Amino acid sequence: MSVITYREAVRQAIREALISDDRVFVMGEDVGHYGGTYAVTLGLLEEFGPERIRDTPLSESGFVGAGIGAALGGMRPIVEVMTVNFSLLALDQIMNNAASLLYMSGGQLNVPLVIRMATGAGRQVAAQHSHSLEGWYAHIPGLRVLAPATIDDARRMLAPALEDPDPVLIFEHAMLYGTEGEPSQDAVDLTSAAIRRAGDDVTIVAYGGTLRTALGAAQVLAAEGIDAQVVDLRILRPLDTATIVGAVAHTHRAVVVDEGWRSGSLSAEVASRITEEAFYDLDAPVARVCSAEVPMPYAKHLEDEVMPQVDDVVAAVRAMGA
Amino acid sequence: MPSLGADMDAGTITKWLVHPGDRVHRGDIVAVVQTDKSDIEVEIFEEGTVDELAVPEGVRVSVGTVLAHLTSASASNTSGSPATPVTPATSASPAPPPASSSAVRPAPANLPLVESPLVRRLAQRRGVDLATVTGTGVGGTVTRGDVEAVAPFTPGVTGSTARQSSSPYARRLARDAGIDLEGVVGSGPGGSVLARDVRGVAAVAPEKPAPASTPEERRRSMQRAIGALMARSKREVPHYYLDTTIDLSAAASWLERTNAERPVADRLVMASLLLCATARAVARVPEMNGHYVDGEFSPSAAVNLGVAISQRRGGLIAPALRDAEQLSLDEMMSRLNDLVRRARNGLLRSSELSDSTITVTNLGDLGVDRVFGVIYPPQVALVGFGRVHDRPWATQGLLGVHTCVVATLSGDHRVSDGMRGGRFLTEIARLLREPEEL
Amino acid sequence: MTGPQGLAIDATTVAQRDELEVLLLREMIRIRRFEERCVELYSRESIRGFLHLAVGEEACAVGVMQALSPDDAIVATYREHGHALARGISMRATLAELEGKVEGCSRGRGGSMHLFDASTRFFGGNAIVAGGLPVAVGLALADHLRGRHRVTACFFGDGAVAEGEFHEAMNLAALWHLPVLFCCENNLYAMGTALEFTESETDLSLKAASYRMASWEVDGMDVLAVREAARQASDAVRSGGGPHFLEMRTYRFRSHSMYDPDRYRDKSEIERWKLRDPIGQLTTQLMSRGVLVSADLEGIEADVAAEIQDAVDFAAAGTDEPIEELERFVTSPPAPRDRP
Repeated sequence: MSVITYREAVRQAIREALISDDRVFVMGEDVGHYGGTYAVTLGLLEEFGPERIRDTPLSESGFVGAGIGAALGGMRPIVEVMTVNFSLLALDQIMNNAASLLYMSGGQLNVPLVIRMATGAGRQVAAQHSHSLEGWYAHIPGLRVLAPATIDDARRMLAPALEDPDPVLIFEHAMLYGTEGEPSQDAVDLTSAAIRRAGDDVTIVAYGGTLRTALGAAQVLAAEGIDAQVVDLRILRPLDTATIVGAVAHTHRAVVVDEGWRSGSLSAEVASRITEEAFYDLDAPVARVCSAEVPMPYAKHLEDEVMPQVDDVVAAVRAMGA
Repeated sequence: MPSLGADMDAGTITKWLVHPGDRVHRGDIVAVVQTDKSDIEVEIFEEGTVDELAVPEGVRVSVGTVLAHLTSASASNTSGSPATPVTPATSASPAPPPASSSAVRPAPANLPLVESPLVRRLAQRRGVDLATVTGTGVGGTVTRGDVEAVAPFTPGVTGSTARQSSSPYARRLARDAGIDLEGVVGSGPGGSVLARDVRGVAAVAPEKPAPASTPEERRRSMQRAIGALMARSKREVPHYYLDTTIDLSAAASWLERTNAERPVADRLVMASLLLCATARAVARVPEMNGHYVDGEFSPSAAVNLGVAISQRRGGLIAPALRDAEQLSLDEMMSRLNDLVRRARNGLLRSSELSDSTITVTNLGDLGVDRVFGVIYPPQVALVGFGRVHDRPWATQGLLGVHTCVVATLSGDHRVSDGMRGGRFLTEIARLLREPEEL
Repeated sequence: MTGPQGLAIDATTVAQRDELEVLLLREMIRIRRFEERCVELYSRESIRGFLHLAVGEEACAVGVMQALSPDDAIVATYREHGHALARGISMRATLAELEGKVEGCSRGRGGSMHLFDASTRFFGGNAIVAGGLPVAVGLALADHLRGRHRVTACFFGDGAVAEGEFHEAMNLAALWHLPVLFCCENNLYAMGTALEFTESETDLSLKAASYRMASWEVDGMDVLAVREAARQASDAVRSGGGPHFLEMRTYRFRSHSMYDPDRYRDKSEIERWKLRDPIGQLTTQLMSRGVLVSADLEGIEADVAAEIQDAVDFAAAGTDEPIEELERFVTSPPAPRDRP
C-alpha cells in the first residue's frame, strides 16, 4: 500500500463496494458527470455507468427518501448528500423513515442504507456551509453515526457500514479530504473508540476534524511535561462509553473537543457520561472546547476564533492544573 | 362520557338530544358535549330505550362517567331490567407506571463511599463533620438531606466560609489511604486539592499504594536495593567492555536544521537521537535485548529501553521507555520528557521499573568522556554515552573538527561476545550517521 | 391529457363481472364497518392516539388494491386502515395494532398511523404528509435496477401536493421513468383547510402532468371506475410506461381525526356527498341489476360483523409487549457471527 489521500481512500472504498456487490449503487448531487463536489466519486461514472452512479436533481429529501425505498427494495445504496448543511432538507426522511422504520414496523423492515456527507468548517464558506451537525444525528435512535478521522477509517469503514442492516451515516470532515496517509489492510470495527495517543495525565476526547487538533495539543503539552492521552470517538452513535470511561479512569482528567456548538452538543453527551460513570475518578471538572456559539462568520480571523484550536485545548488542560 | 380525542380528560353535556322513554339506535346523535377544544356531537353504539339521564346539562364529568342508562332492546321491557350505561366506564384502572428500563440507571455496585462536592461544601459551611453523619444515600453515602437534618439552615450562623474544594478522585484516594483532607494543601485551580496532593501526603504510588515513609527513608531504602543489585551483577555476570568513537557531525547539523524550523517547545535534543539509534540497533542484535534468568536467556521482542535517571535527592533509577524501537524522534522526545518528569516527582509505575530489556546511561552532561557501566540483572547489556564534544577527526586523509561521542557497551559474556557487541556498536554509529532515517 | 380507455371491465363474462363487483362491495363494507367499530372502541379508550378514519373514501383503497398483484408494493398514509384491510392484512392484526397489542401487525409499536406488513409488501403507514412519496420512488428504483416488473402504488392526499417532497418525488420518478403509481386521494381538505385556500392550481392532475407524467382523473366515489383506472394505469406502469398519476376525487364523511368540530365545512356539503356514498351507489346498482337481493346484503353484513367481532375479541385477548422488549428493534439484532 502506498500513501493516498483521504479522498482517495473514500473513493477506493466505494469502488471496492461497487465491484464486490451488485446491489450497491451511488446516488447524489454531482456524483457522476461532475465527479463529486469533493472529487470523491471522480472516474466512477466512467467505470460503472449512469445506472450505478446516479446524478440526482437538487432534491435532498427526494433522493435520500429514494435511497431508503431502494434499501427497502433490496439494494445497498450509498447516498451522498453534498454537505451536512443540505442534509437538513432531508432530515424528515433520515429521522422519520430511515431511523424509525425498523422500530415502527415491529422489526419487519430494515433500511440498509449508507449516507455519506461532508461536514465541518475551516474553508471560509461562512454561516450556511460550515456546520458540524453530526451531534444532532447522534441524537437519533436507530442510526449508526460514523466520523472517520484517519485514512484507515476513511478506507475501511464503508464495507462494514454496507453490511449493517440498519442506516449508517458517515461524516467526512471537509478539511480531511486532502490529508495523506498509508491505509493498513486490516478491517476496522464500527463499535469502538480508539486511543490514538497513549498518555497518563489527561484524556483529550475528539473525533473527525478535531482529532488533529487534539493530537496537536498533546504534542505541545508533551513539551511541558504533560502526557496527554487522545481518544478518537470514531463512532458517534452508539458511543463507546466503556473506552471513554476507561481512559478517564486512567488519567483522571478529561477535555472534550467538538467542532459543534457547545449547547446540547455531542461534547455535552460525552461529558455527561464521564460524570455519570467516572465521577469518582475525576481529579478535575470535565472541560470542553467547542465552537463559539455564533453562525460561522466569513472573515478568516473570525472563523479561526470560532473553531477549536490547538491553543484552546492546551489552555483548557493547563486550567485543570494538570 | 366518551373519550373524544387523545387529549380529552373530561367534558360538559351542553345539550341532551334524547330523553327518558326515547328509543335510540346505533349511530344516533344523543348529546352535544363541550370539550376544551369545541362542541362535539356524541353518538351512541347501542340499541334500546333511554331509562334515565344520569348527568344533567351543564355538568362537567370526567371521561368514563356513566351519562345515561338504557334498557337494552333485547331485554324485556319490565321495570327492574338491567340497565346498560350509554358509555360503559373504562374497564381498565390506570396501570401503574412501568418500571423504566433505561431512564434510571441502577447505581454501580461498587460505588465508592465518597460524598459529592455539594455535600462536602454544605457540611463545611454548616460546620458539620461528615464523619459523624449517618449516610442514607446510595451505599451509605451522606446526602445533602443528611447534612441538613443534622444542621438546619440558621440565618446568621455559618461555619467555615472559606471553601476548600477537592476532586472526587482525591477524596477517593484520601479515603482509601485513611488521610484527613483537612490540612492538605491543594495545588489545583483555586487551591483545590487534587489527587497528587493526596499522594504527596500519602506518598502512595498511583497504582500500587506503598506504606507511607519519609523521602529520606525511601531514598536510603532505594540505595540499599541498588547496591545489592550491583553487587550481584558484579558477582554473577561476566562483563566484557567495548568502546567506539562515533562521528556525530551529520546528526548535529541535521538537528540544527530541524530545530531551526520548529517552535522552541518542539525542539529535539541529541539525547533523543542517541536513544532512538540505540533502540533501533538493539532490535537488530537480539542477543543484547532480554533477560537472563535461571541459566537461560530469553530475548525480548519489544525493546523496553531503560534510561538511567539520577534523582534529585540522590539515587539512580532506570525506568523503561516501552517499545522504544517503534518511537519516532518526536515521540521519543516527548516520552523522555515525561519519564524524566515523573521519575523526579516519584510518579513512576512499578512496572516501568522492572520491565527494561536493556539500559542506556548517558553521563555526558557531567563531562564524562566514557562510561563502563554495570549491567542491571536480569538484563544482559548496558550502553553508555559520554559527552558530546568537538575533536579532531580525520576522514579521507583530511583532518577536521567533528562533533563526536564515545559509545560504550557492557555485555554479558554468557549471552553475547565481542563480535556481536562490536556489530551492535557499529549499527548504532551507522544509524547516527543517517539521522534523517531515524 | 389522456384518460383510461373507457371503463372496459376486464372480467370476460357477466358472471365474473358480477362476482367482482360483489367482491368490491364486500371489501368496502368490511372497511366501513371496521372503522365504525373503531369509533366505538376509541370512545371506550381501547384505541388511543390519533385515529384518522376514511369513511366515505373506501372506493379508493378497494379499487386500487384490487388492481394490483401480490408482488407490487404499497406505500400509504396515516389514514390507511382501509388500505391495509384491502391489501390483505388481517382484521385481527390490524385491530390488535390499533389497540397496541403485540399481536398487531407492527407489534403495537406503530398504532393506527403506522400499519406495516412485509408479507403483503405494505410499507406503511406514514404520518408525515408526503413523507412516503420519495420512499415509493426508491422502491420503484430498486425494481428498475433489478429488472423486476413490479408496481409501487403510493397513496397520499391532496394536502401532500403542497409539500416539497411531492414535487421532488414526481420529478425523480418521471426523470428516471420509474414504475410508480401515484394515487392521490383528493378529499378536498388538507385537515381542515379547503384546497382553494392552499393551492394556486386546484386541478391536481395538472401538477403531475407538468412533470411529463401520464395523469388521470377518476371519480373516487365510484369503485368500479377507480378499479378500472388503476388496472389500466398499473398495467401501463408495469410494462414500462413510466410513472402514472391517478387523482381520485373523493370525500371523507367524518372528521379529520376521530372527532373535530367540522367548523371548516357545511353540514349540507357532507350530506350532499353522502348521496354519492360509494357503498350506497354500488349497492343500489347491484340490486337494481338483480345481482344482489336484500338477503345477500344481510349475509355480507353478517359475515363482516362476525369478522369484526372476532377481531375485537382477538385484540381484547391480545398481550402487551413485555417492557423488557422496549429497546428491541431500535437497531437490528446482531448477526449470528457477531454474537459472543
